[in-house]
Amino acid sequence: MERMAFDTAHLLAGGLVLVSFMMIYQDRLQALLNTFTLHAVVLSGAVAWQAWTQAAGHLYVTAAIALIFKAIIIPSALTRIVQRLGIHREVEQVVGTGLTMLTGMGLVALSIVLMLHVTSKATAFAREDLAFALSVVLLGLLMMVTRRNAVSQVVGFMSLENGLILAAAGARGMPLVVEISVAFSILVAFIVIGIFLFRIRERFDTVDVRALDSFRGERR
Amino acid sequence: MSLSPIIPILLVPVGSAALLALLPGYRLTARLNVLASVLTFLAAVALFVLPRPEPGNYLLVDDLNIVFIVLNCFVGLTAALFSAGYIGHEIETGRLTPVYVRFYHAMYQLMMFGMNLALLSNNIGLMWVAIELATLTTVLMVGIYRTHEALEAAWKYFILGSVGIALALFGTILVYVAAQPVLGDGTPSMVWTRLVAGAPRFDPALLNLAFVFLLLGYGTKVGLVPLHAWLPDAHAEGPTPISAVLSGLLLNVALYAVLRFKMLVAAQPEALAPGPLMIGMGLVSLIFAGFMLYRRRDVKRFFAYSSIEHMGIITFAFGMGGPLANFAGLLHMVMHSLTKSAIFFGVGNAAQVKGTQKFAEIRGLSQSHPALGWGLALGILAIAGMPPFGVFLSEFLIVTSTFARTPALALLLVFGLLLAFGALLLRLTSLVFGPPEGSEHPARAAPVALYLHMAIVLTAGLYLPGPVEHWFQNVARLLG
Repeated sequence: MERMAFDTAHLLAGGLVLVSFMMIYQDRLQALLNTFTLHAVVLSGAVAWQAWTQAAGHLYVTAAIALIFKAIIIPSALTRIVQRLGIHREVEQVVGTGLTMLTGMGLVALSIVLMLHVTSKATAFAREDLAFALSVVLLGLLMMVTRRNAVSQVVGFMSLENGLILAAAGARGMPLVVEISVAFSILVAFIVIGIFLFRIRERFDTVDVRALDSFRGERR
Repeated sequence: MSLSPIIPILLVPVGSAALLALLPGYRLTARLNVLASVLTFLAAVALFVLPRPEPGNYLLVDDLNIVFIVLNCFVGLTAALFSAGYIGHEIETGRLTPVYVRFYHAMYQLMMFGMNLALLSNNIGLMWVAIELATLTTVLMVGIYRTHEALEAAWKYFILGSVGIALALFGTILVYVAAQPVLGDGTPSMVWTRLVAGAPRFDPALLNLAFVFLLLGYGTKVGLVPLHAWLPDAHAEGPTPISAVLSGLLLNVALYAVLRFKMLVAAQPEALAPGPLMIGMGLVSLIFAGFMLYRRRDVKRFFAYSSIEHMGIITFAFGMGGPLANFAGLLHMVMHSLTKSAIFFGVGNAAQVKGTQKFAEIRGLSQSHPALGWGLALGILAIAGMPPFGVFLSEFLIVTSTFARTPALALLLVFGLLLAFGALLLRLTSLVFGPPEGSEHPARAAPVALYLHMAIVLTAGLYLPGPVEHWFQNVARLLG
């Protein structure tokens, strides 16, 4: 049973890394949002599995938040923004997909080597989980720097945050996980509301961050 | 516990935030904002007098954070005073509407709550949540003018701040993972006082990695190079009271978090020494900001880079460690907070009377607005490190203590200080002296808060009272 618990946790956490890679090569916003929904569903499964194996009831709340908020509410809100703003077109990337994928692989290798080396005294559960979580975090960061579009940066940030929730859920008996996931949800909600309220579309005619750059205060 | 001043320190800001969000009329709300800040400040001062509560699972009052809490509430109060006049002007010129002002005041108190909670927390998870809250509220205030520049600044701050916060959380989780085998499951492994006690038995490799993440994460909020990109924009585009609070307080709160974790890592002798990392980041920030100061044309952006510079000096001092450098670092933190917020009060008034933030269009303040111009001159001289101000004292201590131990590093430090000194004097002459340029309308309010801050900084430079000095020395020893 122990073996089974471990393998399933491994499978789900590995699945999260895989979906992170899938997000990197999506070049349309709508497809990106769909992939993110999958990411949130996998996270929810991974957290629920941790809740069951650790017999930690409060983690079910985190899993439910992931499922309801991140897999349903946020993607549909962002979909509406994308449609309202008329940006179904291709997503621009700073560097090509191939190079980004290669960098991503390097990051995953780095985080696995680093975490396995560092956590030699921790339990196998925590080690693998942290290694995968760090991979997801780094892939999220990679996505934030390779995308120029504000909506896809938000998606990158949310995938990064999913990695953190995975790490927190995997750390045995960690308190405040629910509070932290709520705090993150508020943060994300603010970003999304911010895009709506500040009417980035109205003011800039685009949600491309590059366009924001041209309004920099320090004009020379 | 019922008499504990902790409760009003936390509850007054939350309660008044709710109240201010509901009340109409900017005059009333501005006054209420000041009143709430006065109450919070009084409660903070009461911490000195009343017996301290025992450290619990969530909250803690000790010698280190009491200084920060009192400083936080004090600058929060003077900034609220300044803000009342500032907001009145913004309403008259139509840059802000009453609805936004209502929102602004509510956010102001919520931000004070977040910072006080972060300073008081004994729980690394709670500390993280509080710093996130403080970040979020400042993001909203930076973007409040809704101009292109303000939105860009808010967005940049938001994205970089969120990434920093995320990295800090990863570091926090790693600390928990390191503590859990020793201290057991659940809350005890996140309580700071227990963590420090148990740290010698933690896995050193995990602590190392955790500290790197925490330094990068909270370091983003401190504004350390290369993670500083949000800071100048956020300072330049937000309302000036918020620039004052950002520079004077929020950067301190983030640095306070770094210090707490530094103490934790230092308690495990086998873990990597946190000093060199902090020294490196501090020096890079100092010298980089020193060079950047020369090319600024925007007043607020200029002083934002000066904040990066001073945060670099402070991080350097704490990285050096030892009683003297820690003492100087703490003193510099307090002096920088007071001086920089005073400068922002002056700059805010100047920018309002002249209607611009450009150096080229603000000249000769000492002739057109003597009180303001001379106050600002005092502030700039102080921040440049001229005697007899308190900043000189702390910088002098940092330099001499470094010379005594590693002269090579001291040379770099002095180089950075001189760079910034030159830039500041250059700007001082153009801002304050020479023929006045632009509008000569009298300023709306006398710069009371500015002179109050400068009086404290001057007093500290001339004479540090015995108990205060003893107090600082005690905390410096605590920091190791």
